[in-house]
This record gives sequence, C-alpha cells and structure tokens, in this order.
Amino acid sequence: MENVDYMKLVYQFHKDMLANKFTLVYEGEITHQITKAFTSLTENKMESYSEDASMKRKVFHVMVECLQNLSKHADDYKVLNGNGYSGEGIFIIGRTGDKNEDYHILTGNIIQSAKVPEMQAFLERINQLDKNGLKELFKKQMREGSLTDKGGAGLGLIDIARKTGSKLEYNFIRIDDKNSFYTLRTKIIRNQHI
Amino acid sequence: MEVIKITGTDDTPNVILDAEKGIIEFSGRSLPEDVLSFYGPVLQWIEEYIQSPNPKTEINIKLDYFNTASSKVIMDILIYFETIVKQGKEVIVHWYYQEEDEDMAEAGEEYSDIVDVEFEMHVY
Repeated sequence: MENVDYMKLVYQFHKDMLANKFTLVYEGEITHQITKAFTSLTENKMESYSEDASMKRKVFHVMVECLQNLSKHADDYKVLNGNGYSGEGIFIIGRTGDKNEDYHILTGNIIQSAKVPEMQAFLERINQLDKNGLKELFKKQMREGSLTDKGGAGLGLIDIARKTGSKLEYNFIRIDDKNSFYTLRTKIIRNQHI
Repeated sequence: MEVIKITGTDDTPNVILDAEKGIIEFSGRSLPEDVLSFYGPVLQWIEEYIQSPNPKTEINIKLDYFNTASSKVIMDILIYFETIVKQGKEVIVHWYYQEEDEDMAEAGEEYSDIVDVEFEMHVY
C-alpha cells in the first residue's frame, strides 16, 4: 500500500469508530495488565461525565469478565512468564441505544471449531433462563464446579447475563476446517428491569 | 499458626488470617491475575486451621468488587468452614456491602443460601 493509502485508512478507522460510537477498540494480546488499563481508562472516562454508580459497576464487571474470558479461553493463547495467560482477540466498547445512553461490549476471538457446538449450547442455555434460572445455575456452578488450571470458574457468562439482564448475542464464523471466529456482544442497558 | 497479613493492591484484597483470634478477613478488590497462585497459600492456611479450629471463628468479608473466579474461591473457603460447623464449632460470616450495591448484598445472600454457615449482613 502507498503511504497515502495508510493515511486514508487511518481516517477511515477514525470515521468508522465515530459512526459506530466505539469508544475503545483493541486488537491483540489480552493480558491482565491490559485488563487493568482498559477498566481504569473506562472508569475514569465514566467518572468524567458523572455516570451513575450502578452503570459504572455493571460496565466494569462485564469488562473484567469479557477480558478475562479472552485471556483465558481464546484458543490462540500463550503462557506468559510467571503465571499469567494471554489470549489474542478483539475487544470493543461503545455506546448504543436511541440516545446513546447504553453501553455495549463486543469481543471476538478464535476458537477451535470442534468446541463450537458445546459453546453454542451453553450460550443458548443461558439465554433461555430467566432471572431465577440464572441465579440457580450460578449457585449450582459455584458449589459444584471447580477452577480450571487457568483460573476459570465457568461463571463469567452466567454472571454477565445476570448483571446486565440482557440476552447474550453471539455468532460463530467459520475460518477454516479447524477454526472459527467467535463474537459476543453484551448490552448494558440503562434502567433495564432485571 | 502464623498470622498472615497481606496488603491489598488495586486487584488483590487485604487478607488477615489470625488463628489465635479466630479471625479471617478479606477487604478491598479481588480480581487477581492468577486466582490460584494468589489464593493458594490462603486456602492452605485455612485447610490447616480447620484441623484444630477455635471454638469460634469470625470471617469478615468487606469487598467492593470481586470477579467470578474470586467468587468461586470464596465459595471454596466457605465450604471448608461448613465442615467445622458440622463438628459443632461456631462460625459467623460478617458480610459487608455498600448500601446502594445490590449485587454485593445479593451475593452475600446467595452464599448464605448455599452453605450452612451463619451470616450477618452489614451495610457500610
């Protein structure tokens, strides 16, 4: 690409981000340091326009769980020096709703196609449950589940569904015989009746 | 048993484990990079403590925020204490939450539903 094309590309990215009301877009390695940086960046930003405490808590919570899902569950992951893990993926936070009063968090990462049916069934199961059903599933998983080597508790998605009261929107796109691209969108709706 | 005091950071909680006083305390935020390596020594200490526990143990949980991996560890800690309640020891969990933080209040109620340990809820 000529230099001028890159310049146009930057301008295009800029316009796309504004048009889609994306306030943060990141593609690459998701580590604990990045999780901390993004959550504090977002907290500070919400602080600057006096976002209400309940929204701030919800956004923070969903961000942490989504970023940790990426760092722990992306099949494109590495073991870092020390004890941490990092996964590769895309992470986006943006505003949505008629008056941009709501937030949504979008993530994308590669997963093995062989795992898609199980993942899809789990997401469907969560989406079919109401508030009480989610509560019971969470309690059951907490009591009976166990932490994986990577420190996953299998509670993140259930918790996101409970805290936001929104259905999980997801999609799987086939990349090749072995791999698929998994996208998850979580909406944090203001005054959502949970 | 040795008293363990860990000073919290922006992603790990303050921890106090005092066998002589029968006090276990977690406060602050809990979203460690690696829950297993952070809580491993804590769980080990508790495992040893419940071999010869005090007649009364007080567990103070005053967390502003914890992630789901930490919520699983809290569950595991409470399950340890459930075993000594069954042996007739007294265990009280003091669960603190900020008044407007309904999720934290609900989390406390849920733990008290799941485990057979006495809970006292406190607003701070």
